[in-house]
Amino acid sequence: MSAHVGAAPLALLVLGLPFASFLLLALARPVRRSAPAAATVSIGAITVSLLAAVLTIVTAVARPPRQSPSTTWWWIPADGGPMATVGVMVDDLSMWMLLLVTFVSLLVQVYSWAYLHDEPRASLGRYYAYHSLFAFSMLGLVLAPSFIQMFIFWELVGLCSYLLIGFWYDRPSAARAAVKAFWITKLGDLGFVAGIVMLWAVAGTFDFWTLFRMGAAGSLPADMLPPIMFLIYLGAVGKSAQFPLHVWLPDAMEGPTPVSALIHAATMVTAGVFMVTRAFPLFQLVPDVLTLIAWVGAGTALLAASMACVEDDIKRVLAYSTISQLGYMMAAAGAGAPDAGFLHLLVHGVFKALLFLGAGIVIHVFHTNDVFRMGGLRGHPRLWLPFLVATLALAGVPPLPGFFTKEAVLAGVFEGHLGWPFLMLALTAFLTAFYMFRVVFLTFFVRPHHAGHAHHHVPWLMTAVAWVLAVVTLAMGAQQAWHHQAEGPGWLPGVSVALAAAGIGLAWVMYQRPLVDPARMAAALRPIDWMARRRYGLDALFAGLYRVGLLAFSRLVGWIDRYLVDGVVNVLSAWTLRAGDRLRGLQSGQPQDYVYGIALGALLLFVIAQWRMR
Amino acid sequence: MPLGAYLTLAALVFAIGLFGVLTRRNAVGILLGIELMLNAVNINLVAFGRFHADLGGTIFSLFTISITVAEVAVGLAIVIVIFRVRRTIEADHLDLLRG
Repeated sequence: MSAHVGAAPLALLVLGLPFASFLLLALARPVRRSAPAAATVSIGAITVSLLAAVLTIVTAVARPPRQSPSTTWWWIPADGGPMATVGVMVDDLSMWMLLLVTFVSLLVQVYSWAYLHDEPRASLGRYYAYHSLFAFSMLGLVLAPSFIQMFIFWELVGLCSYLLIGFWYDRPSAARAAVKAFWITKLGDLGFVAGIVMLWAVAGTFDFWTLFRMGAAGSLPADMLPPIMFLIYLGAVGKSAQFPLHVWLPDAMEGPTPVSALIHAATMVTAGVFMVTRAFPLFQLVPDVLTLIAWVGAGTALLAASMACVEDDIKRVLAYSTISQLGYMMAAAGAGAPDAGFLHLLVHGVFKALLFLGAGIVIHVFHTNDVFRMGGLRGHPRLWLPFLVATLALAGVPPLPGFFTKEAVLAGVFEGHLGWPFLMLALTAFLTAFYMFRVVFLTFFVRPHHAGHAHHHVPWLMTAVAWVLAVVTLAMGAQQAWHHQAEGPGWLPGVSVALAAAGIGLAWVMYQRPLVDPARMAAALRPIDWMARRRYGLDALFAGLYRVGLLAFSRLVGWIDRYLVDGVVNVLSAWTLRAGDRLRGLQSGQPQDYVYGIALGALLLFVIAQWRMR
Repeated sequence: MPLGAYLTLAALVFAIGLFGVLTRRNAVGILLGIELMLNAVNINLVAFGRFHADLGGTIFSLFTISITVAEVAVGLAIVIVIFRVRRTIEADHLDLLRG
């Protein structure tokens, strides 16, 4: 990929339109309360944004290697240079992200119109306002030319995630999931902000381009860099749901399904991967942290895949598969192949959005999330064909895009001489094919034992969006196949295909043609099954930490406040009252008593004056 | 007679007046005590004026006397009003400002 730079005004237009839409929806109450107006404003803004993003890519020009891709303005002017700058960094990375974010946002917003049609009209305005704010935040994040601006949008994105998970805030589980997501990601953000500030302390700037040049010139202190980059990586761990902070993502499925498609699969959760890719020239300087990223990524991928195999809730299976794929991207970055990871991010964004929107369609049909209560849709290819395309892409079947990018990731990890992570990722590829086809067979083909009431009327808007995404997925696959040049060892494509085929085959013999009883399979793998069903105890661990650690701390602080702080204040006020009660006797109301006091005082002064003069 | 004798007399009159102000229960008695204290001051003024051969002290005492007259007039008027309202001029019973 040769370096390109896009036009800053166009990028600002992409960024500004969703923000304008959000402001309009937030401030103009009549627009917000009327659902069609709100949807029109939001969808219109994101459509123009998408066109501007396309235009940005088309009009991008080649960039000389030494020229900065950032356009910045002073933000806080100060003597001796600005304290901070704002601006846009329009390089290849951010331009492709602009395209992905605006494209998926547009489709999801259109889909939401059909999916949430039964919602109260007034709350739909709120929904679209959040969506516009999210698009603005995510676009700002990818365009950020400095760590500090990225951090601001990073937190905005977290806020939108919180708001949209808790969109049905009157459901206790949704409210709890929203708070959990906020808390857990904040844990990582704590490290992120500490890392940024420490980096500023040693480098004196937040600006990516300046930092990259300093890193290349070797003027960053080598002893401080590993802890700094580790702390910055912690932010990505929280946002991109890496082990052990991945626990919030499955719970985030409490939000509306289109939200899961947009935020918790295609765009927001990729912010961490994007950040690592963006700051890769800095991560490159700290090989230890990179190795850690690769190991954690591979471990996350395997762990999440194993949990997806035992999950019955279709959205949760997809959530675990998202975590697993994020692990892939992180592992690629950690192995020194961020381009492979980023490419996987882009194509995964499209087909994962498709998977979620397809899941939304079947949830609409069956009114349940449980895959064992679905099935029997063989006669409706309109509904299952897009989902199948995305599943094949995720499972890594050629010539779909997931195959090429996954192969590139595996090749990168293999060439990074990371043997165990490579094996873990290969096993994950097998598990991915297995659990995805388990879902496909159970959801669409197998006749359910206790069939719920299914109604096959699906709004055409929903299926149309799914078909658009399916076509784009196929197109990306064709494009990849056209431009693909094999990396890594020659046996890799064969192994990938074999793993995917084995996974699909296992799912087929277990669920479609029940040759192998799933219960006996589970019994054979009893320890793993037992642990995966309990999510490896991590949710319980965090809940325990929360209950024991945080609540105990809160009780302690509460005790101190109630008894020590309040005690001091109460004692002081009681003493004041008692002293006042005693002293009021002095005020007898008799002028003679006062004169007596004056006379005695005068006498005392007289005596003191005499004594001093002596 | 030496200056000390006048000053001693003035101090005695002042002390007697103060004693009256502090101990009298009758408002009129208190006013009488105040008069005594003021006249002690007048004695001092005249005595020092004479001692320094300066007419200023004497003239100043004349001013004091006339202002004292006005003060007594106002004071007695207040006492009369208090008597009309409260039917007493006993200082012990006049404690509306008691805390």
